[in-house]
Amino acid sequence: MTVPAPPAAMVFGPLTRTDFVRYQGASGDMVPIHHDETFARAAGFPSPFSVGMMQAGVLANWATDWLGAENVRRYRVRFKEQVWPGDVLTCSGSVEREYEQLGERKVDVALICTRQTGGVAVQGWATFVLYSNGAQS
Amino acid sequence: MVDRSALGAAGEWFEMDVERGKIREFARATLSDNPAYLADERAISEPTFLTTMIFWQDESSNPWDTVAMDQERGLHAEQEFTFFGPPPRAGTRLKARSTISAIYDKEGRRGGTMTFVEMTTDFHDADGALVAQSKMTGVETSRPPDSAP
Repeated sequence: MTVPAPPAAMVFGPLTRTDFVRYQGASGDMVPIHHDETFARAAGFPSPFSVGMMQAGVLANWATDWLGAENVRRYRVRFKEQVWPGDVLTCSGSVEREYEQLGERKVDVALICTRQTGGVAVQGWATFVLYSNGAQS
Repeated sequence: MVDRSALGAAGEWFEMDVERGKIREFARATLSDNPAYLADERAISEPTFLTTMIFWQDESSNPWDTVAMDQERGLHAEQEFTFFGPPPRAGTRLKARSTISAIYDKEGRRGGTMTFVEMTTDFHDADGALVAQSKMTGVETSRPPDSAP
């Protein structure tokens, strides 16, 4: 019942406007600033930028690849820097705490999704339950 | 400008079907190749999947507009999902309700007041058990957000 070691950091991108649009269509958040170049420029931005929930989703999935999709019990993200076309994102994480709660073995992990500049796009925290067979569900 | 009287506003209950094709589409859109999302007959939903509740809500079930947050100065600050067991699988029908659960101010590091608004959505299964909760935190800043990449 030990926590599996974090996998290697995973790289995504360079991201394109097409990636942004696909996420918007899938999520249902069609705010134009994330796909409409004319609208984004008129609002003072150099181009559209991604919906924050896209990189939040990418980071969440990286964590479930590590600790199991069935085992997640909490996922929280804070949005930091915007993500732009051409950005390359890197997801990584580390174990913060392993403990027992109401008869379940749990682990809290800290997660981070950075841009190629080193800037943080999203910061995340998650709780997973641990089973004796590790990340297998 | 945030309308503080929105605190406690609740939407109507709404239904949300968790569907295999939607889970698969969402996995593609969030750049995942995890077979738990893509291959399983009764695929499990991704940790952020419940954000697709937008498709199941209408004006009567989504109380967010009662907050009247300024579009120019409004940002999505944080998002949290809590699961009281494994996340819902394909084939699950959820009953959900959104409530404006908190409104509070904080002083910004560069001056100015930031107003935070939380909307909590509770998701129940067919037996009425609370299976998941989503909490969205929006913030209204006292000036428009930076536009520099």
